[in-house]
Amino acid sequence: IGCEDGSVKLFQVVPGGIRFERNLDRRKGRVLCVSWHPSDTRIAAGSIDAIRVLDVCSGQTLQRIMVNYHVQKVKRECIVWSIAFLASGTVVTSDSFGRVQFWDWERGTLLESHTVSTSSVLSLAVSEEEDSIIVGTSTGATFQFQLLPVKMGSLEKRWVRTKPFQHHTHDVRAVAHSSTALISGGLDAQLVIRPLMEKMQKKGYDAVLRKFTFPHRRLVSCARKARLLLFQFSQHLELWRLGSTDETGKDGEVLPVCRMPEHLVQIKSKGPEHIYCSCVSPCGSWIAYSTASRFHLYRVQYEGDGVSIKKVPEVPKLLLPAYQLQFSSDSGSLFVASARGSVHILQLLEPGGCKHLRTLQPPSGSPEAVYLLASSADGQWLAAVSGDWAVHTYNLKCSKHHCTVPMYSCAVTALAIHPLTNNLVIAYSDQQLFEFSIPKKEYTAWSRMVQNCGLHKVWLERDSPITHITFNPKKPSHILLHDTYMFCVLDKSLPLPDNSTLLMNQSTLKQLPETARQRQLHAFKICKKFQ
Amino acid sequence: VSAQKPLGCWSVKHGQIITCPVVCNFETQEYIAVHDDKVLRIWKNKDINLDKVFKATLSADVYRIHSLPNGGPVVLFKGGGVRTLDVLLEAPQQEIENVISDEVIKWSEAFMEGQQPVLIFATEKDGDFFVYIQKLKMNSLHKYKLEQQELSKPLSFTAYIKNKIITLLCLYSNDSVYKVLIPLQQNTEEEEQILSKSLLLNLSVSGSVLKGTSFVVLDKDHIAVLGRLAASGEESKECLTIWNTKFQTLQTSKELPLGTSGQLWCYEEKFFFTHGKVLTVIMYKCETSSLAAAVGKLKDSQTPDVSSFVNWNTLGDKELVVSFESQQSVALKPESKMTLRSKRTIVAKVQPDTLSVGQLLLSLKDASTTVLEDELRQLMSKAQMPDLQATIGCVVTALINRCKQNPKYYPRNFLQQIVQTRDLSYSLCPDLMAVALEKKDMYLLQICLQQFPDIPEEITYTCLKVFLSISEAYLQRIDVNLESVICYIDIECNDKEVKTEILENGFNAELEQDVWDTKIPKKTHLMADGEFCPVGPQKAALLNAVLHSAYSETFLLPHLKNLPAQQAVLFLRYLYYLYVKCSEKINTTLPGIRAPTINQIMDWMCLLLDAHFTVMVMLPEAKELLSSLHKFVRAQVRFYSELNKIEGSLRELQRLHQQKDFQTYSIEVLELI
Repeated sequence: IGCEDGSVKLFQVVPGGIRFERNLDRRKGRVLCVSWHPSDTRIAAGSIDAIRVLDVCSGQTLQRIMVNYHVQKVKRECIVWSIAFLASGTVVTSDSFGRVQFWDWERGTLLESHTVSTSSVLSLAVSEEEDSIIVGTSTGATFQFQLLPVKMGSLEKRWVRTKPFQHHTHDVRAVAHSSTALISGGLDAQLVIRPLMEKMQKKGYDAVLRKFTFPHRRLVSCARKARLLLFQFSQHLELWRLGSTDETGKDGEVLPVCRMPEHLVQIKSKGPEHIYCSCVSPCGSWIAYSTASRFHLYRVQYEGDGVSIKKVPEVPKLLLPAYQLQFSSDSGSLFVASARGSVHILQLLEPGGCKHLRTLQPPSGSPEAVYLLASSADGQWLAAVSGDWAVHTYNLKCSKHHCTVPMYSCAVTALAIHPLTNNLVIAYSDQQLFEFSIPKKEYTAWSRMVQNCGLHKVWLERDSPITHITFNPKKPSHILLHDTYMFCVLDKSLPLPDNSTLLMNQSTLKQLPETARQRQLHAFKICKKFQ
Repeated sequence: VSAQKPLGCWSVKHGQIITCPVVCNFETQEYIAVHDDKVLRIWKNKDINLDKVFKATLSADVYRIHSLPNGGPVVLFKGGGVRTLDVLLEAPQQEIENVISDEVIKWSEAFMEGQQPVLIFATEKDGDFFVYIQKLKMNSLHKYKLEQQELSKPLSFTAYIKNKIITLLCLYSNDSVYKVLIPLQQNTEEEEQILSKSLLLNLSVSGSVLKGTSFVVLDKDHIAVLGRLAASGEESKECLTIWNTKFQTLQTSKELPLGTSGQLWCYEEKFFFTHGKVLTVIMYKCETSSLAAAVGKLKDSQTPDVSSFVNWNTLGDKELVVSFESQQSVALKPESKMTLRSKRTIVAKVQPDTLSVGQLLLSLKDASTTVLEDELRQLMSKAQMPDLQATIGCVVTALINRCKQNPKYYPRNFLQQIVQTRDLSYSLCPDLMAVALEKKDMYLLQICLQQFPDIPEEITYTCLKVFLSISEAYLQRIDVNLESVICYIDIECNDKEVKTEILENGFNAELEQDVWDTKIPKKTHLMADGEFCPVGPQKAALLNAVLHSAYSETFLLPHLKNLPAQQAVLFLRYLYYLYVKCSEKINTTLPGIRAPTINQIMDWMCLLLDAHFTVMVMLPEAKELLSSLHKFVRAQVRFYSELNKIEGSLRELQRLHQQKDFQTYSIEVLELI
């Protein structure tokens, strides 16, 4: 680990943790990046204006190279953001001057220098064969460098900048190089996997550019009865009233808006902390949010067109942070997901107060925090998912642990309890869907049927997880699901599509006559135009 | 040199002098230096103090040490003695023989020939220069005397080894580079052979002379010379220059205003020299030398059907000499035969079993035409033959020579076949097109124009003139390739016999045809609106070949001015027709293979108007053409400017539409079935 004080510290990885071993030679200037030589005998460290090579055994600095040696009249300091130590003894650096440089560490000389950007090159990763490098810049661009022969068949090789990509809007803070793809992650919350087409044998799932948008959790909560939406931003919350129309129309029509959406309240979080989670109660009168160290509850009152908001003083002291907040459907209580598998229940009191009622915990305990919650419409059931992916259900009437859903080998991305049947619908990160009857403590027949038949291949190959599940009160057989890119009505009364049929068949169906349509219907009704 | 940082520095004690360049022994990674002529020092990278490293005092003065990649260092003494370092270190005080008496070594160089090191060095005594070749393993020493040059003497040498022949290049004080060939395999113990030299390059370009100080060989056809470029009446300036020795041209030069030490080194495609107080490194790259490249006439690489250039490098010196001589032999028969015979005997000695192409051609010189063609066909069928291009060049030259000698002889089909199937160029057989013009072989001219990348503008112009002047009646009888016109020209069918047989649904095409036939010939001349082709398809195809050939404006324009006015008008009429045809299509390209592009048409139209504008304005028959051309161009310009406006408006609309979509809140009905 390279430290701000200019030291490099060695730690030993032991079962269950790491153990400090010793300090290597300390010099002035903070260390921003370190890289092991593949032989494990040397470490290269990037600092301000310089890089160093340290001997692991003796802890001595073997070489110190000034990266600005030949740049004249530089006033700014040059930050070496990332470093890589190749088996050949070449040290690769990327720095705040937008350069990617190759150094001979023994001689301390510059072998090659490529200026790829006018601003910082923040990240750098080398392929296992050490013939390809990916770098990420602060302008959102990534570049591939390849070690190529200067001429066809020549033995002399040079690093050549080969492929530029622009998948991010700004800072690419992390890059990785797999054997077949370049992977980059940026501050724009995107993870991009760009396959190297020359390494691809055939077209397919692996040969497609993939973009993941984070976070994989919902940042909008809805007060269904009050027709309000609460938007969570990193430092503030916005409460909006939905617009409405008094007309109806056919598919694709844009209806005139008779009441415009209204921005009701903006709540700014104080301090540097980001908002971790937030929720608005179904009636719209309560808003709760949590940062890493603080929990806030607000009472919102609507008087005609005016809105007044009052902070609830003296909220109970809870173990923070809250990982998820969920109001009960009658807006009478708030469930707070917390560490060690616990869920706190707060009772909300009129005109603006609350008290801690009790804490639910799985009987066997859990080391992981709860990160997802779902409560039933009748107020009897609560489902909680903890970091060990166990789904626990609690009976709220008697405040007791009810049962545990059978363990599945993937993370839960969303869950919800059906208002009529009290079936718990669970979406997993591998895109599998399960329906579990809470009263009967078993998977439903439909869920077993889904597992037997298997889901459509195209559905399973989707990248972004289902982040939200809800139900259509008028049609009990409908489950509504959505992820970043699509919205899906899952109709349990229709047959599941097999791999030979078209999964996204809505546009086809619309062109078919009524009779032919009936034969083509399947359970997944997917719409990509919903945002 | 990206990081200018000394990696190591060693110095001798005060009072000692390093007397020859330090070299690195690549096998042991050691450095070897000589100070005070006799003291040898050997050290490694990690040694710091030169005084404490290995030292050996020799019995004679060292001139230079040469380090060879696989052969170890070789030490050359001032007396001409040579030892490998290994031998020398066994007994440093061993006696070194003096082989050059009172000559002074001026330059030396070492090579590896196979497994054995070869050392070459040049000495001087009283204005005479000598070259010594020492083969170390065989312990043989050869001495040569360099042919004398009046009033000038060698300033600098460089040498390379190829195919067991050392090529020694000498830069003389008369601003010329001479080439000397020294064969390595020579066992005769003759005394002091005299080396003859040939002029390789004269370092002068348009009035200014380069006073070279040092030079290096870059590849077979290029050398780099460092020196002072002196023009009369101007101050001389130091330059680094690259010369093409094949075409005697100055390829490029770089001024060095801060001055140099006069020395130039070259390793791995980089020059090293001192410029002012710094060591300058310049990367260079030599393109394969071709005449087209040397005169800046490389044909546009975008044209897909351009064949590759003749590779001049494959043309061996011997073949070149023979083919030149066979050319000369027409004029100078009695003399040339003598030289040829002697030449033949020499060649025969070297290559007893394979008959060279040049020889074959010579032996066939007097054979009958049928025998000649048969032999040549056979020769060309050897597809895998090396130097194929050069051979074909010789073959064509031989054929053309025969044509010139014998006016009745013209192997039409054979020539067409060669030009069509092989990648020839104008410079490889310069007389071919002249003979074709003389014989009015339109088809051959057409394919030459289509395929040769380097036709001189004068010949292009002559072709154009002939094409325009030749009568349509004559053209109809001959065969030309019509593929460039067939897709767009409205061919008047002369072979009605074929057409009339086609009767579809009782419709008789002949009747219709007759009506048209009577009208068209009159109209073609009357209507100058570009709707009808003013020339026949054969003539159009030939003109297209001209449009397709490469040219440079400056060289073509003077010739084009000589085109008779009537022909110029006809040509302009045809270009106008092509332009209108092009504009009919949305992509402004004519269909068909090798059809002229809109750019070629426009360029030629502008050229023609530039050359003949005053004449055109005066000519009554051209007036109408010019005015309709003007109208058409004006209409085109307006049309495109309107299109631009529409495009702009559409883009703006699109932008507005998008913005609207993004910003407003909408409630939309989505039906999921």
